[in-house]
Amino acid sequence: MSKVRLLVGTRKGAFVLTADGTRADWDVRGPFFTGWEIYHLNASPAEPDRIYASQTSGWFGQVVQRSDDGGETWEPVGNEFAYEGVAGTHQWYDGTQHPWEFARVWHFEPSPTDPDTVYAGAEDAALFKSTDGGQTWKELAGLRTHTTGEQWQPGAGGLCLHTILIHPENQDRMTVAISAAGTFRTDDGGETWQPINKGLRSRELPDEEREVGHCVHRLAMNTSQPDTLFMQKHWHVMRSDDAGDSWQKVSGNLPSDFGFPIAVHANEPETVYVVPIKSDSEHVPPDGKLRVYRSRTGGNEWEPLTSGLPQEHCYVNILRDSMAVDNLDPCGVYFGTTGGQVYASADAGDTWTAVVRDLPPVLSVEAQVLA
Amino acid sequence: MIRVTLPHHLRTLARVDGEVRLELQAPPTVTSVLDALEESYPVLCGTIRDHQTAERRDFIRFFACGQDLSCEPADDPLPADVASGKEPFRVVGAMAGG
Repeated sequence: MSKVRLLVGTRKGAFVLTADGTRADWDVRGPFFTGWEIYHLNASPAEPDRIYASQTSGWFGQVVQRSDDGGETWEPVGNEFAYEGVAGTHQWYDGTQHPWEFARVWHFEPSPTDPDTVYAGAEDAALFKSTDGGQTWKELAGLRTHTTGEQWQPGAGGLCLHTILIHPENQDRMTVAISAAGTFRTDDGGETWQPINKGLRSRELPDEEREVGHCVHRLAMNTSQPDTLFMQKHWHVMRSDDAGDSWQKVSGNLPSDFGFPIAVHANEPETVYVVPIKSDSEHVPPDGKLRVYRSRTGGNEWEPLTSGLPQEHCYVNILRDSMAVDNLDPCGVYFGTTGGQVYASADAGDTWTAVVRDLPPVLSVEAQVLA
Repeated sequence: MIRVTLPHHLRTLARVDGEVRLELQAPPTVTSVLDALEESYPVLCGTIRDHQTAERRDFIRFFACGQDLSCEPADDPLPADVASGKEPFRVVGAMAGG
């Protein structure tokens, strides 16, 4: 029987949760790196026991840990993330120019085929690549030095590159998202980039056609339909059917289209999950009810999924990298909360169970299916 | 022989218990102590001072012999009691965060 492993990053350490394919009983291991912020853990699809972890601290900076045995043991690898050339400046909150400064790695995206190749999305926004299993990192500077770079401005969480999607058949095509710059795509392995934000509307921005300046919270893709992308923006749930060249709003009947995570069912490319949050100034579920919303029509028509989720007095948030799916049948869906719960559904979202309730605030969740 | 104390998280990262002992040429300075520390424990590179600029990280402090040396020139000689090994050179995580 298959086994499922969840990689959970929290404000105070990493946790590894495992279950068999029924996903009924979970073993919880951790914390690893207790006391450190673990922004993200992600495993190599090519070598599933190889896991990369972003370990960060306001005191001690960035550390990268790697496990080659599924999270049993860890070794630090390279933590030098140097911007190429003169780092330059981006726009600060007050509109002045501010030097680019590395703060942390928000997201690791290992290559689908090469366990030694992994991409790192950083704050201040930049994309780094390692081809030696994380020992050394080189910036793909064409992104940060794009002509619009000086206009990029941090969101409330920082100027972070938080999403990296690698096209399954053409790995030279990658799509990344940056808060609050927008979405960018390369078709040459990261040498050159173009903003792909046509159709995004960001309320107070006076220029509705502005090329950058959109607070994209998260992107999601089903690898069987890689030209279709889904986006949870600051406000609005969006989709693109042309690899990001244009976007349409698919918020439909959601009670709020503000939120952070978005995920696509692993086996049904038109089934999408979001977690509506009341507003950008409140960051709590509407009416104190924690509801995942599922669309089986690729957006616009959404149904609340509530079974097993708290439907009163619930005021947690679900951060952008904290929702994941597995590819079993039925599809498993998982998310972690700022209240320290990790919820799992083994039936594509119909019913939910709290796997664990009292972790530190959850920053990220990834799901793996192991043979 | 120079004695160096590290904060809990850096001892864990470097996998050391208690003090670190380093051999280096006299007179020791903040720079020479950190160079030797990072050479012995490469995992500490970037955690005490910046990789590129070698500047002390904001929330790291250096103490020795009851003095705060954090803002002193990094190439000044350390106190004689540190150089002799009588007193440790202390790398401290600043009290911050509420």
